[in-house]
Amino acid sequence: MRLREFTREPEAVFWSVFFPILLAVGLGIAFAGRPDPVIKVAAVTPAIAQALRQDPTLDVSELSEDAARTALRDGTVALVVEPGAPPAVVYRYDDTNGDGRTARMRADRAVQRAAGRVDPVAASDTIVRDPGSRYIDFLIPGLIGVGIMSNAVWGLGFAIVDARRRKLTKRLMATPMSRVQYLLSFLIWRKVLLVVEIGVPVLFGTLAFGVPVRGHWIDIILLSVLGSLTFSAIGLLIASRGRTIEALSGLVNLTIMPMWVLSGVFFSAQRFPAIVQPVIKLLPLTAYIDAIRGVMLQGASLLQFGREIATLAVWAVVAFVLALKLFRWR
Amino acid sequence: MATPAVHVRGLRKSYREVIAVDGIDLEVRTGECFGLLGPNGAGKTTTIEICEGLTTPDAGDVVVLGRRWMTDEAELRQRLGIQLQDTQLADKLTVTETLALFRSFYRQGPDVDELIRLVQLDEKRSARIVNLSGGQKQRLALACALAGGPELLFLDEPTTGLDPQARRQLWDLIHVFKQQGRTVVLTTHYMDEAEQLCDRVAIMDHGHVIAEGTPDQLMASVTVPPKPPRVHAATLEDVFVALTGRHLRDE
Repeated sequence: MRLREFTREPEAVFWSVFFPILLAVGLGIAFAGRPDPVIKVAAVTPAIAQALRQDPTLDVSELSEDAARTALRDGTVALVVEPGAPPAVVYRYDDTNGDGRTARMRADRAVQRAAGRVDPVAASDTIVRDPGSRYIDFLIPGLIGVGIMSNAVWGLGFAIVDARRRKLTKRLMATPMSRVQYLLSFLIWRKVLLVVEIGVPVLFGTLAFGVPVRGHWIDIILLSVLGSLTFSAIGLLIASRGRTIEALSGLVNLTIMPMWVLSGVFFSAQRFPAIVQPVIKLLPLTAYIDAIRGVMLQGASLLQFGREIATLAVWAVVAFVLALKLFRWR
Repeated sequence: MATPAVHVRGLRKSYREVIAVDGIDLEVRTGECFGLLGPNGAGKTTTIEICEGLTTPDAGDVVVLGRRWMTDEAELRQRLGIQLQDTQLADKLTVTETLALFRSFYRQGPDVDELIRLVQLDEKRSARIVNLSGGQKQRLALACALAGGPELLFLDEPTTGLDPQARRQLWDLIHVFKQQGRTVVLTTHYMDEAEQLCDRVAIMDHGHVIAEGTPDQLMASVTVPPKPPRVHAATLEDVFVALTGRHLRDE
């Protein structure tokens, strides 16, 4: 019955299936297709501009000092090179911006070489591009995790609050139907959709970008069933009280936004300070993504992720029990 | 005397500042149709929901079919049929699916086809609920309440918002149910409905029962200034129904 309701909402099907693909395509193109990105920089004098143009990975524009600084502020260029007391130069950039730091090194190399520096050691590059270590490979498992989380939390939350608003939960409570069964039916309903939720991004990642699936597919399924159960239970908990869609939206965003950011979907969670790492590790999305990345990309066995599995299981049980206690039927 | 179907004593319920039900006593006998009348906000819905076990009273004793909600909820749920005020069933399910769902909750009861026939929704059996008219939705809600073959049926304003044909249709259904020796408790604010259906009624206002008895008794108890003798025995509603036909028209 649940599934029938869902398939009769064509828009919902569209978003839950195609949104992860769109996101993967967008980010995949933005990040995967730039082997050695050309960085835009600004030079304030013609002499400096000429020195910088010796490096093909710098896109140099010659600007006035004011224009150059404005361009730096709005992100058009990553670095501004200004003349200091001759023959010195001044690099102006944001040291928290990776492009800025890279541009500074390249620009400095170009400036020093133009001034006659000769490298004492000859060096050459061997490029390694191994499927499994590219950004897209990192991204796809992250998107699977986000997809499972968002769909479960939004889908369940919306369905439940809508039923409550219609007094349908109250009507059902007036029947002999078991309450546990009702809540469990939502969790099981999500399992059916799981096939699509993992199948589509994995297939897409493999076909379009050659993302490897090294682990055993049974491990991936087991892990995803657990992950989906956990997020569905969290969705139930979030929806256990709210009466309006607006109240629900607030709570859902409050829950999933921090995980979008913290749990290593788009970049490694290691970038956050050590002090918050234990907290991040306890988030269910982190646990799921870490485990699915390990299984998919490194071909690890599920058994190596005992801690992550325990984290997910604890979240699932606690959220479900709490939801059952708190659930407002009317 | 047999155990009353519903026995309520000293019932009280307040929501924050508002006292919804203020110490009422009721007794509904097995096999009768009992009407709870009163203006909006009189406490009818609160009373019936307490009897249905959906709301817990602040004080008072409620015995339904000889059982109490505290101890025998699972059994009572099997034996009751309940229609709430303005429930919206799942829009995207069809009539058959909805009834199959409700039927699946009960150990016994008529099968889905029988329910559909009973409330005359045969033509709409595979229509989605979102496409049903008000009267059809109300009949479907009644069919859901009948899914467990209940001994006792609670109906909260079953005919509010329906046209005369649909109302009379619903009355017929309730009559049939009653003839099988089963009990009905209903709330309404239509006096003609109470007169038509109910063996006994209680009139509520401001959380109190202010009058109780058979419709005839109550009508005899009030002296009204004599009305000019009626020229016509038929009411305007009778005319309307006679002209437009009693059968249901759903489009």
